[in-house]
Amino acid sequence: MALLKKSSIWIAFLVALLGLPLLFDSILAISILNQMAIGIVFALSYNMLLGQGGMLSFGHAVYFGLGGFLSVHALMLIEYETMVFSILWIPLIGGLFGLLAGIFIGSFSTRKAGTVFAMISLGIGELIAASSLIFSSFFGGEAGISGDRTFGPTFFGFDFAQNIEIYYVAAVWAFIATLFTWLFTQTPAGRMANAVRDNPERAEFIGYSSRKVRFISFCASGMFAGIAGGLFALNYEFITEENLNAATSGRVLLMAYIGGLGYFIGPIIGAVVLTLMNSLLSNYSELWMLYLGIMFLLTVMFLPRGFAGFIMMHQVAWVRGNMKMLIKPYIITGIPALLFTACAIVLIEMSHTDDEVFHYLGLALNPASPITWIVILAIAGGAFYATKRSLIQLNDAWETANAIPKEEEA
Amino acid sequence: MKKSQLSSKIFRSFRKPLIAISLVSVAILNSTSSAQEPVRIAFMDPLSGTFASIGNTGLKLLEFAADYYYNSKGGILGGRMIEILPLDNKQSPTETQLQFRRAISEEIQIIFQGNSSAVASTLSQTISRHNRRNPDQEVLQINYSAVDPILTEDNCSFWHFRFDAHANMKLDILTDYIALNPDISRMYIIGQDYSFGQVVSDTTIKLLNEKRPDIEIVGNEFHPIGQVKDFTPYVTKIVSSGADAVVTGNFGADMVSLARSIIDSGLDIPIYTFYAAYDGITATLGESGKNKIRLIHNGVANPLPTEARKQLNRDFKIANPNYDITQPRIVNALQMVVTAMEETQSTDPYDIAIALEDMRFTTIGGEEIWMRGEDHQIFQKLSISVHTDEGVEFDADNSGYGLVTEYQVPLEETIVESSCQMRRPRR
Amino acid sequence: MLEVLIFATLNGLVTGFLLFMLASGLTLIFSMMGVLNFAHASFYMLGAYFAYSLSLYFGFWTGLIFAPLIVGALGALVERYGLRKVHASGHVAELVFTFGLAFLIEESIQFFWGRDTKNYQTPDLLDFPLFTLFGQEFSAYRGFMMAISIGIFIALYYVLTKSRVGIIIQAAITHPQTVSNLGHNVPLIFMGVFGVGTALAGLAGVIAGPVLTTFPGMATVLGSIVFVIVIIGGLGSLAGAFIASLLIGLLQSYAIASDVGMPDLLNLLGISFDRSHPLNDLWTMNLPQIAPVLPYLLLVLVLIFRPTGLLGKREE
Repeated sequence: MALLKKSSIWIAFLVALLGLPLLFDSILAISILNQMAIGIVFALSYNMLLGQGGMLSFGHAVYFGLGGFLSVHALMLIEYETMVFSILWIPLIGGLFGLLAGIFIGSFSTRKAGTVFAMISLGIGELIAASSLIFSSFFGGEAGISGDRTFGPTFFGFDFAQNIEIYYVAAVWAFIATLFTWLFTQTPAGRMANAVRDNPERAEFIGYSSRKVRFISFCASGMFAGIAGGLFALNYEFITEENLNAATSGRVLLMAYIGGLGYFIGPIIGAVVLTLMNSLLSNYSELWMLYLGIMFLLTVMFLPRGFAGFIMMHQVAWVRGNMKMLIKPYIITGIPALLFTACAIVLIEMSHTDDEVFHYLGLALNPASPITWIVILAIAGGAFYATKRSLIQLNDAWETANAIPKEEEA
Repeated sequence: MKKSQLSSKIFRSFRKPLIAISLVSVAILNSTSSAQEPVRIAFMDPLSGTFASIGNTGLKLLEFAADYYYNSKGGILGGRMIEILPLDNKQSPTETQLQFRRAISEEIQIIFQGNSSAVASTLSQTISRHNRRNPDQEVLQINYSAVDPILTEDNCSFWHFRFDAHANMKLDILTDYIALNPDISRMYIIGQDYSFGQVVSDTTIKLLNEKRPDIEIVGNEFHPIGQVKDFTPYVTKIVSSGADAVVTGNFGADMVSLARSIIDSGLDIPIYTFYAAYDGITATLGESGKNKIRLIHNGVANPLPTEARKQLNRDFKIANPNYDITQPRIVNALQMVVTAMEETQSTDPYDIAIALEDMRFTTIGGEEIWMRGEDHQIFQKLSISVHTDEGVEFDADNSGYGLVTEYQVPLEETIVESSCQMRRPRR
Repeated sequence: MLEVLIFATLNGLVTGFLLFMLASGLTLIFSMMGVLNFAHASFYMLGAYFAYSLSLYFGFWTGLIFAPLIVGALGALVERYGLRKVHASGHVAELVFTFGLAFLIEESIQFFWGRDTKNYQTPDLLDFPLFTLFGQEFSAYRGFMMAISIGIFIALYYVLTKSRVGIIIQAAITHPQTVSNLGHNVPLIFMGVFGVGTALAGLAGVIAGPVLTTFPGMATVLGSIVFVIVIIGGLGSLAGAFIASLLIGLLQSYAIASDVGMPDLLNLLGISFDRSHPLNDLWTMNLPQIAPVLPYLLLVLVLIFRPTGLLGKREE
């Protein structure tokens, strides 16, 4: 029974993955779904390091990128018929190379955790990103290298020319990777990774080498990052230096953190949210990076456990059947909060526009007139005050919904 | 009870905007149904991030030119308006792919793109691949600025047209100009360590050896792109090499820092460049760079050749006081594409491409330019201009400083051969 | 060759001292709060931009004095209302917070000042060559940069070792509880140190802005190098940071000035490869080309063989 219940989640996940393109079938939507599948695998591999193993890495893109580069080289080999195999196996090549890189770099970087590890990862990341520009015969310089995924043997008649076909490949691989990362958390190695993260001395004391435990997590994480890199190579059919540099490493940190470290589902949420923001928000505003930065800081300050942590906060209330007590306060706080956000956005956008008429939510505003500014500022102030006031009620409701026996979630 | 009160309150407060929104949307629906469908052109360049200023300047010009020459005069193809769709590729090859997919789902058929040869190569490859796999969704790439020769040589594509002279063409003229200067005997080459920097270095050395074997190349330096804090150590090497001229393909902050370090060291030698103007660079170099910095570019800087060209500058400046016309070739590209559409009465990329091949077109600057059919490379007058504040009718960055053309080469003398073997789609 | 050596040394020292101004604040903040401030170089950038704006209206010298003060105040506010709140969620959260802050500051600068290069100039007063050696000028401004940095180093050293405040700070680093019990307001000290640290970074930005160009990428260019210095020097060690700053400054400067590379080494060994060799990129590599990577190489080596850094004692 328990097994059935557990596997039902996984079946639902698989059905969702495979069913999404039926709901969203535009070219753009498929492209975003592909990105999400890649992002999920990548973010999960990062969470293996930071969330489960307590190793903060600033150079995780190295394994993603190296896996991707080798995958594109494999595509090229298939194209020139040096090797013949189905491109379905490309992510495996990426994963193997990610694993190899993990074994090599992990052999000396996992001796220490904490700041030393973080700084080695930063140094290695910069070193490899810089060398990738110098060794242009393998990395292709700043233009990168590219292959063509349609030259391999067809798979039941599919030649993988269309992105939707690649999505199904990516979805299946994302499912496999998710399943295996989850299974990893259930193995002794995965459990010990948590122990070493929380208290290395005690772990040593009961006979585990904390270094070895870290090393195993590190290698596994490198492998899954490499698989994500292989999926990237399949989806885009090219890869460049930017896919192994610090910016990509920063992005995966962002994904995992915003999603919620320590929760298995956190990185998945983070990958989905960040991909959506990256591909949709940038179409509406050139200031989207500013919003992303603000959102990130607010998340770190007010939701230190990320979105997943926020959802899990409601577990107690949910179990006790008190969720309905929270709905109304949430709405009462949410409306002025949304209004305030909308006002803040319009103020930022208006101060940045050269246009004489600024269109926003169907309203035509005049940025040159001080009245516009005063009115919006007044609304924003009112909304802020209302939010602040209603927070008290929300807090009370929260207390009562969680209170009955006084035990907060640990 | 309370609940219903609240919801009615909410509804009441939202009713007005709702009505407004529905009215606006009705108006939009009406306007689209009465007029003809617009011709949509994508502009794909960095619009956010470090390189955004260059991309935004180009976007402003393309939007302005579309309104100025066509939309304000009743549109093209019998009344269709031109609509520019800005796509922000953040100057990243990966992001370019994402934005390309977005363009496809928006049914875009023409993409303007200019910044970074790496991005242009990726886009060209992606478009060739896409057009081969999806013959019903073809797309045309209008490259207005990426100058890596390979795009119209070994990697040329039927779907790619370049409206700027490529690096080797520019270097050919630049080295001619350098060869004319008898004072130069020791040349120093410094550039960013990537493909364009290497092309500049290799070609300069090769051409100078042919044209002025007596000029000694005293330095050939590459530095990492965008990572150098301080150029003074490089300048020390330039000084100690005894160089009396410098050639560089640097752009952006690398260009400014290099030029300023050279000037600050008291070295009074000419610096020959590609991208040392506009977007804050001219203002930053200011007085210190006067008569030292020279640029190779297409078209002509001050004095602008025709009244129509001058009027364009004035009108653009009125509409965009904080921007300059930095790349007039965007206007040429747009006008040639529209001419091709009018000729064929079609917006189909294949038809436009065929019409563009070997098109000869007279620009608003009054010169005739030629799009060669065999490799889709534009040929036009090339100029070398100097950074100064004398005789500058149209300055850059509102700084009083700008470019004055010193040397011009007509179209015929800029023609170079191409190794392009183009694969043409069968029709 | 001699002039190259002399100027390479001078350039290396100028860069080294400048880096020290950043590294000193960073290492102080680390030793107090145990947090590596990723946004430190962003405060450096803020300093340059504030000084640029002030210099437009009031001249360079006003900017020199007030821009670091504004940056320091901002830094203190960030500590008080940001970091302190995040502190409860642990070190990773703090690191990630400063990481996000760096991102936000860069975006905000582009929002307020735009994305193009700013025309921030050296003051006319210092616009003359200090001396000319072998036909190359050493500008007075660079001399001024060096003087300021050395002045800061001496002042900092004096304050930390000799003054009462310095002794309290030193004590708060190692024994925050005891210092608190003695009646000192430790959170206030933390805020002050963060403010002073960021103000130093701001000052570095003010004096570096005119020569290293003021543009939105200037923090990224310097950001991770400062980390490298603090780690190589040993976390929390001011003297270590000083040595590492000069080391990195000189290392990069000499590497650029040198003209040796793999081809020379291969010649020496009598080996040669033709251009079609798969590792051709490696055989043609030269030292100036890889100069900017050297600090990271040094970092990895130091961390492998001496994880505490050159003069560090603390280990996490």
